[in-house]
Amino acid sequence: MINAPRPLHTPPRQASIGTRLLSLHAGSTYVFLYAPIVLLVIFSFTKDTFGVRWTGFTLDWYTKLFNDQRMMSAALNTLWVAAVSTVLSTICGTLLALAMERYRFRGRDGLDALLYMPIVIPEIVMALALLAFFSFSFGIFESLTGITLRMNIWTVIVSHVAFSISFVTVVVRASLKGFDVRLEEAAADLGADPRTTFWRITLPLIIPGVIGGALLAFTLSLDDFIISFFTVGPGTNLLPIEVYGRVKRAITPSINAISTIMLVVSMLLVFLSQFMQRRADER
Amino acid sequence: MSMVPSVELPPDQRQTRTRSLVGLLTPGVLWLGVFFVLPLLIVVVYSFATNSPTGKVIWEFSLDSYRVLWGKELFYNAYIRSLVIGLEVTLICALIGYPLSLHMVQAPPARRNVLLFLILIPFWTNFLVRTYAWMLLLSNNGLINSLLVALGFAKQLLYPSEGAVLVGLVYGNLPFMVLPLYASLARFDFTLMEAGSDLGATVVQRFLRIMLPLTAPGLVAGSVLVFIPTVGQFVVSDLLGGAKVDMLGNLLQRLFTRSNPPNWPLGSALALVFMALLTIVVLVYFRTTTEEDR
Repeated sequence: MINAPRPLHTPPRQASIGTRLLSLHAGSTYVFLYAPIVLLVIFSFTKDTFGVRWTGFTLDWYTKLFNDQRMMSAALNTLWVAAVSTVLSTICGTLLALAMERYRFRGRDGLDALLYMPIVIPEIVMALALLAFFSFSFGIFESLTGITLRMNIWTVIVSHVAFSISFVTVVVRASLKGFDVRLEEAAADLGADPRTTFWRITLPLIIPGVIGGALLAFTLSLDDFIISFFTVGPGTNLLPIEVYGRVKRAITPSINAISTIMLVVSMLLVFLSQFMQRRADER
Repeated sequence: MSMVPSVELPPDQRQTRTRSLVGLLTPGVLWLGVFFVLPLLIVVVYSFATNSPTGKVIWEFSLDSYRVLWGKELFYNAYIRSLVIGLEVTLICALIGYPLSLHMVQAPPARRNVLLFLILIPFWTNFLVRTYAWMLLLSNNGLINSLLVALGFAKQLLYPSEGAVLVGLVYGNLPFMVLPLYASLARFDFTLMEAGSDLGATVVQRFLRIMLPLTAPGLVAGSVLVFIPTVGQFVVSDLLGGAKVDMLGNLLQRLFTRSNPPNWPLGSALALVFMALLTIVVLVYFRTTTEEDR
């Protein structure tokens, strides 16, 4: 057979096979990424008491979960930690972002490097450093005052803020990059004092970035296991730690159910953050 | 970069500017100073302290911890284990992630956003939950074993095992590889490949000589982002590896919280050496990427 002359600029034939192979590869990778998650969700509704095969639909595991006092208090604690640490880290991170983007000052490069450290440092190193810090400083405090301090929910909150600040700063700085300073100058020219300018001009314009940073901080805190594991005292129970403890013992459909809820919450947060980002991009 | 007014401000305005700068910096810098920098310094202090046989820290200077680090066979095993598993996971992620990113950048824009979003979702979901999902799949009566039985094979003990740890780690860290690779391939000029083809280069030559070198920064960034959490984690090796797979993260966790007696000075020294090695890796990475970008 004689080949028809190939038009110019059509990719050679191997490329189309290549493209097809790439699609196949991509398809199987997405199956690899989603199959375990989908199965986990399905198996949270199975009647099977081991929770690993499908034997019929039930919502029992969810009702059981909501009656599980330990799990529920752990979930509430985790939400509280995430909420408080998000507020604190969003405030600190937004202020730092404004300072970094708006001002030149001595030590700015050093601070820039410092801000990246909590992001790149292995989480376990930060976790054990915080544990060492609390134990060390509580020891000194006790020898000075005679009062014994213990790690509790507040040590977790403080630690979560320490790693979230950097993430918030990165997100807010990105939203400040396209900011038109002339708007602030105009406000100042029209007689607004710096405080009014901040609340009326600056904040409304960067709010999508701030909310994006806050959502990231909230998700990081909800999902964190390693730092919570090291900095929580023996008396406080947090959701990932409770789940970890139970998973180590056995697979149960109740764990499938709580895992499903955690998955759904995370996904809602991603959707929300994407939505905010899109709105920020539209400006 | 930053938008600093170029005109000289009158003194009173400059003063308010300085005051507001101090106000902006104080909360964050104070927090990071006390709860990030100081803890790291305390780890340095601990690493030079002495551990008593009961596990209580004695504040006497010693280099014992650093000596033990080089001496004990257990530690060599953990270093080499971590290094090998870390490299394996990084390599597998690169082999899966590169063609995936290539597919993503070649897709039409609307589809591309969906594909990227689908990579982001697992990235935001709980690592523990994602690891647990694999326990379900690989368990003795789980789906994979049921399939094996249905196909007439014998049941396999799929976990705890090193293979299960590898799968769990690749699964958990793949997005870290894909995101920078995607960013770097999205900037790649595909007409260069056509030019290569016009000049008679084969597919392999074009890939190795044009595409790979130009997207190397993304590949290196992805590798660093996968390698660091892989080596430092302990959850996946604990849950999917049983006690069989011991990595640096597991060792650190035991030295600080679980072993009887604990050994904080030794754990601190190990953490610092680990950080020092990673810093070298990251510095090398920044050296290579900044050169590529120029």
